Amino acid sequence: MDESTNTEVSPVPSDGQSSEANRSAYWRANLKIMMGLLVIWFSVSFGCGILFVDALNEIQFFGWQLGFWFSQQGAIYVFVILIFAYVALMNRLDRRFGLLKEDD
Amino acid sequence: MSATLLTYLFVALTFGVYIAIALWSRSDSTNEFYVAGGGVHPIANGAATAADWMSAASFLSMAGIIAFEGADGARYLMGWTGGYVLLAFLLAPYLRRFGKFTVPDFVGDRYYSQTARLVAVICVIFISFTYIAGQMRGVGIVFSRFLEVQIEVGVIIGMAIVFFYAVLGGMKGITYTQVAQYCVLIFAYLVPAIYVSILLTGVPLPMLGFGSTMADGSGVYLLDKLDGLTAELGMAAFTEGRKSTVDMFFIVAALMAGTAGLPHVIVRFFTVPDMRAARVSAGYALVFIALLYTTAPAVAAFSRINLIQSVNDASYSTLPEWFSKWEDSGLLSWVDKNQDGRLQYRGGAAMDPVKPIFTEGRGGSGERLVSNELTASENELYIDRDIIVLASPEIAQLPNWVIALMAAGGLAAALSTAAGLLLVISSAVSHDLIKNTLAKNVSERQELRYARISAAVAIFIAGLFGIYPPGFVAEVVAFAFGLAAASFFPAIVLGIFSTRVSKEGAIAGMLTGIGFTASYIVYFKFIDPANNIADAWWFGISPEGIGTLGMLLNFAVTLSVSRFTQAPPDDVQSMVLMIREPSRGD
Repeated sequence: MDESTNTEVSPVPSDGQSSEANRSAYWRANLKIMMGLLVIWFSVSFGCGILFVDALNEIQFFGWQLGFWFSQQGAIYVFVILIFAYVALMNRLDRRFGLLKEDD
Repeated sequence: MSATLLTYLFVALTFGVYIAIALWSRSDSTNEFYVAGGGVHPIANGAATAADWMSAASFLSMAGIIAFEGADGARYLMGWTGGYVLLAFLLAPYLRRFGKFTVPDFVGDRYYSQTARLVAVICVIFISFTYIAGQMRGVGIVFSRFLEVQIEVGVIIGMAIVFFYAVLGGMKGITYTQVAQYCVLIFAYLVPAIYVSILLTGVPLPMLGFGSTMADGSGVYLLDKLDGLTAELGMAAFTEGRKSTVDMFFIVAALMAGTAGLPHVIVRFFTVPDMRAARVSAGYALVFIALLYTTAPAVAAFSRINLIQSVNDASYSTLPEWFSKWEDSGLLSWVDKNQDGRLQYRGGAAMDPVKPIFTEGRGGSGERLVSNELTASENELYIDRDIIVLASPEIAQLPNWVIALMAAGGLAAALSTAAGLLLVISSAVSHDLIKNTLAKNVSERQELRYARISAAVAIFIAGLFGIYPPGFVAEVVAFAFGLAAASFFPAIVLGIFSTRVSKEGAIAGMLTGIGFTASYIVYFKFIDPANNIADAWWFGISPEGIGTLGMLLNFAVTLSVSRFTQAPPDDVQSMVLMIREPSRGD
């Protein structure tokens, strides 16, 4: 997902000025990352934990029924991973657009 | 040493630490008082956010609710953690980049309107006060049960401690005490959970023990054992949900959006150095929260098993001491329906109304008598779900020091949340109301004095709520999330993600969202409570989940009104563009 954003606008290195086009390219890339991660957020919680919980409960996962596990444990683990994934992807984006300070 | 003596020791020790931190971190400017100078490390802010967010309800009540509701309890687990994903993606970084002190600051500036600012101030104060009353009640419960003092005395001690570090230290004092309180509360929560997990399953990590086999050599999975026990006693199976899918969906969505829109959580992200720190800090906050939230369902399952095994068919005269202590505090009750002197713990309510109304007398076995009608079910036991977490170390017969730890942990959870809420209230009054609305020319020193005075007044009112709890509070707290989801959340998100949304749109949207949600709740909870059943609900959505529909209405109204009204002024539009990216590092 991150690679595809590469092709849209080649980012201007930090010359201190952010052009209009550059700015909206940055914003679109951010939205794209965010939407991708929100799809996962929705599928583990509302999907696996609520909408398909009964179907998943047919599957045994160690001592849990799988749907029950997602709603009481799994979704929370995925949420944590999602935020750190967003942090990493955004830091990369910031660096590409010259928005990251040297000491970061 | 006795459990009571150890409890005094632990509570005194932790309170001493909080006071020492308060003395060390005094605030001397409004910047320090409101946002701790904006220099808090992301990890420290993460721990402080976790303590700020996890209240007496998370610590004392949540595992108890899950213990009795089983699968349906997942709505709190997912709802109250999934909101952090929304916070990290949609709100925290941009509000930090905006760079002022409060949530009404953003609403007022983005919607270039004093009316919007005032509406925000009123919502902030209303949400925070309903919330704080619950914290003070938690403080009272812990004190009265473990230290055997009057609830009033407990609340006053709690108020004095919070007064000390919130009024002196402002956000700076609160932040560092919250870090300490997080350590205390998570330690207090995990230690007994680990203990019980080892006893029941032999696995030290409760998150894994929960899905393991019993340690009694039977080879049966713990949850299967629990499902078996509940079925045998005519109770609903632990792993089976009873709420409808549509209701679960709407409740979880309302809790998530409401969490992301709660002012005392948002304002914590104003204290970190920059936008990037805000993102990563939300991640740390969720790690710290997840530690408790993934343990809670395990604690719930463990204590349900231990509870059934220790009380069912036990003779009243041989019950351990914890039973009569909780009975004395009115949170447990037993009615000997079949006069055999033994406790029959079965499905269904034991009495009508559900909560016991005690009389002065004692029954044949020495139990406290009640004046309730007895139901036809075989069940003879009433157990308040708020006691599960506090009682589980005693039920599992853990050592005294573990039991004493619970009291210190419960107090840390309640006090840290109370302090965060007090700060939001005091800054709404001194900054948004006095500085930005009524008296714009106050000096910084005067503003700081007003901030301290309003914090002190807010503590006093919160204490009164704790001592004389207004009956409606418990009902309203559960709905604060729905109201926050239907009002603030769309206004702030659209304020960031659209340059076109106008003040008319935002105000109309907030009024629609909050008006619709509040009317639905008031109708079913207060006007026609007898009709509060799934068949009467719109689309099967309970009052707890209606905030989600209110939120969707808010989005729809805001967007359509904005289409037909004038676009925001240029400086507002460029402000929105500005907060979307970090400041350029040279």
